[in-house]
Amino acid sequence: MNLVLHVWRQKNAQDKGKMVRYDAKGVSPDMSFLEMLDVVNEELIAKGEDPIAFDHDCREGICGMCGVVINGLAHGGHVGTTTCQLHMRHFSDGDEIYIEPWRAKAFPVIKDLVVDRGAFDRIIQAGGYISVATGNAPDGNAIPVPKPSSDLAMDAAACIGCGACVAACPNGAAALFTSAKISHLGLLPQGQAERFRRVVDMVQQMDTEGFGNCTNHRECEAACPKQISTDFIARMNRDYIRGSLSRRPDKVGGGDG
Amino acid sequence: MELNANIPSGPIEKKWDQHRFEMKLVNPANKRKYTVIVVGSGLAGAAAAASMGELGYNVKCFCFQDSPRRAHSIAAQGGINAAKNYQNDGDSIYRLFYDTVKGGDFRAREANVYRLAQISVNIIDQCVAQGVPFAREYGGLLANRSFGGAQVSRTFYARGQTGQQLLLGAYQALERQVHTGKVQMFARHEMLEVIVAGGKARGIVTRNLTTGKIESHLADAVCLATGGYGNVFFLSTNAKNCNVTASWRAYKKGACFANPCYTQIHPTCIPVSGDYQSKLTLMSESLRNDGRIWVPTKSGDKRTPSEIPEDERDYYLERKYPSFGNLVPRDIASRAAKDMCDQGRGIGETGLGVYLDFADSIRRLGAKTISERYGNLFEMYERITGEDPYKVPMRIFPAVHYTMGGLWVDYNLMSSIPGLFVLGEANFSDHGANRLGASALMQGLADGYFVIPYTIGNYLAQAKLEKLDGENADVKDAENTVNARIKKMLDIKGKRTVDSIHRELGKIMWEYCGMARNESGLNKALGRIPELREEFWNNVNVLGGNEEFNQSLEKAGRVADFLELGELMCRDALHRNESCGGHFRTEYQVEGEALRNDDDYCYVGAWEYTGDRSEPKLNKEPLSFENVHLTQRSYK
Ligand SMILES: Cc1cc2nc3c(=O)[nH]c(=O)nc-3n(C[C@H](O)[C@H](O)[C@H](O)COP(=O)(O)OP(=O)(O)OC[C@H]3O[C@@H](n4cnc5c(N)ncnc54)[C@H](O)[C@@H]3O)c2cc1C
Ligand code: FES
Repeated sequence: MNLVLHVWRQKNAQDKGKMVRYDAKGVSPDMSFLEMLDVVNEELIAKGEDPIAFDHDCREGICGMCGVVINGLAHGGHVGTTTCQLHMRHFSDGDEIYIEPWRAKAFPVIKDLVVDRGAFDRIIQAGGYISVATGNAPDGNAIPVPKPSSDLAMDAAACIGCGACVAACPNGAAALFTSAKISHLGLLPQGQAERFRRVVDMVQQMDTEGFGNCTNHRECEAACPKQISTDFIARMNRDYIRGSLSRRPDKVGGGDG
Repeated sequence: MELNANIPSGPIEKKWDQHRFEMKLVNPANKRKYTVIVVGSGLAGAAAAASMGELGYNVKCFCFQDSPRRAHSIAAQGGINAAKNYQNDGDSIYRLFYDTVKGGDFRAREANVYRLAQISVNIIDQCVAQGVPFAREYGGLLANRSFGGAQVSRTFYARGQTGQQLLLGAYQALERQVHTGKVQMFARHEMLEVIVAGGKARGIVTRNLTTGKIESHLADAVCLATGGYGNVFFLSTNAKNCNVTASWRAYKKGACFANPCYTQIHPTCIPVSGDYQSKLTLMSESLRNDGRIWVPTKSGDKRTPSEIPEDERDYYLERKYPSFGNLVPRDIASRAAKDMCDQGRGIGETGLGVYLDFADSIRRLGAKTISERYGNLFEMYERITGEDPYKVPMRIFPAVHYTMGGLWVDYNLMSSIPGLFVLGEANFSDHGANRLGASALMQGLADGYFVIPYTIGNYLAQAKLEKLDGENADVKDAENTVNARIKKMLDIKGKRTVDSIHRELGKIMWEYCGMARNESGLNKALGRIPELREEFWNNVNVLGGNEEFNQSLEKAGRVADFLELGELMCRDALHRNESCGGHFRTEYQVEGEALRNDDDYCYVGAWEYTGDRSEPKLNKEPLSFENVHLTQRSYK
């Protein structure tokens, strides 16, 4: 099939950027969306034109590196599908496709469709872990974890950190991403010790990074390629209230025995 | 070059304990005076960087993705082995050790493998404590499944996303150290050269992929945890950007490259669908637990699978290997599939495929159980092929998956360049000529969490390092090499795209150095690869400049290195006149099975770079098997 693409081109962070039209000819329905872009890029290079920059790595829907807005929808809007897993059989001959980067204040564009998602790493740095240094662990079966908690924790942990939730949110909020990590760790017995401090620290970092507030549009859940539920946001909010009410300054001690 | 594996003396069960006791320590107050570079943030790199940060070293960690969480380890689906014997089914450290040595077709170092099996149990504990949501039974305890090449259930898993969950555990530990300031993380940075000064690895040169800036980073030791080189074949199950550059640059600075020809072809991948194909997708081997592999008994049978009655189906693995059935090791399963297709019994449009059928299991266990076990894999399959595996059998075909070869390291994981350590898939150490399923994750985490934190201290405590600054001639040399190479690539302005040359290389490698190899084919490849390399250096077209975000330039550098590696792989495959594990030379077989030659080839072949115009030198590290006796591998 033949398609018309309108692609966001922006040389670098300073450039203003604009949509540019390209023809994609002879596209096979079995191609993935990124393979279609590969073919367009090969042609651009042959003509001496700068190829379209886009992030990708695993091409299996798991690394979270890919992600563009396709016809206004993050990852193209197919249930549970990342851009790299989207196949051209969902398009028809003659379609016009608009391709843009994630747009959010906290995700500045680096080039074309590539954005800087470093803010996500900094949210994790603020507390998205269980503090257990290597070598400190008891036997793996020492603490039984009820299967339902473990399964629910896994649902939350399935987040790939792609940023589609932020791109889909009218406020550019990162509540789904942040709450998924908070819930993953907060649902497990191992994560209880730091549960309330974690939520306060991570939410504060999320605000510092310039993400917007969650006002329950739930566009994030619809866009999430891992179908992470907004129930986790409610959980985060409950924990946050408890955490901020109970927060006390750390006591330092040890003595010189 | 003299290769000393530095294997501790004493009985195999005691070696690691004894060695840990004898190693020199760096006292806690002194650790902060040392800087260690870790290149890579996969399981091996993230675990190493986090653990060394926790110990108090200053760590600088690098990856080329936009976040350390995206390293290729994230894609591992099936699981991770550990000799916990939670199932009480006869597993033990010794059995995991035995299975791994045997599975590797007696081409791995016993002492390393034993240590790996010992450490495996600590890994599970560590990961559980970090909050890795492994699958559990209703009683709340950890669940297991079995994997190819083993008769016990020792594989721990997190749905079909084990690698993701293990990596997130390591990533979170890493980010905790970034928060404390002990680790400095450099994402979107690619290492392009090792700095060797005074005969020791003292740093790296990187390119900032966002700005193009070339920078030197100096340190007291360097660890490479940069993954495997399967993408030399262009099509593989590896992430698109996996490459050999870090290892190759180290090779050219004096690190020996061991057993480059040992590559693993995974039996269960989605078949190729067209020329535009950019990568191949793995369907986890765990599927072989419940799926049955078959082809029609008649060649050229074009009926749909449902039209082929039971007695006209050949469940060839169950027939040929009754005791392991569908769970034979990967190399054997892959070759058997190739065999069927060579006989004209392959299925699908291209005839390059076999069926993996779940009908029996669905009948026996119900669709719900199957969906709990493999739901996300089935969805992925359907998304890619448009077919529903609950209703029609999957079509699968072997694809390049893993590289057992890699930089040579001693027992301490140190390469032949002092101070340069190599971890994870990038080293050659533990899998011999074939890796068993669920053992790479184990090895990456063993190296990162539990080996390097000890052995790095032993090195630093004795290294006597001189002061070094950015003006040092060796540092400047390394930077100049990087700059000159980039300039050369940008100046060619030829006609061919980097990808087209990479694809061509991949075809040569798959044809002559893939699932089956022989002398005449390898000689052909050895003739064609240098020509293709010439073509690259005279006719490639890399657009744009250095001082910008430039993905064509990134790719070009990686393909340039693959074009050299490919030749070394063929050379290695040609010199090894035997078949072992993933290395199958058609001249050496008995009844279709690999025929080893232990008299002449029971060694690690470690190649030493001698210059661009001269042939590499082969160094041999002899292997001795004192615990698992050399036998012809049998899974019948
Ligand atoms: C699809 C798939 C499924 C798999 N499933 C399983 C499984 O179920 N069980 C199992 O045990 N194994 C499995 N494996 C194998 C296993 O995942 C890998 O061998 C293992 O994860 C490799 O880990 P690593 O840390 O060595 O390297 P990687 O995870 O590949 O990490 C490499 C790191 O190095 C960085 N890097 C590389 N080069 C440079 C450079 N020049 N400069 C800067 N940074 C660089 C990258 O950015 C990355 O961070 C699977 C592999 C694949 C492909
Ligand atoms: S490229 Fe990894 S999720 Fe799409």
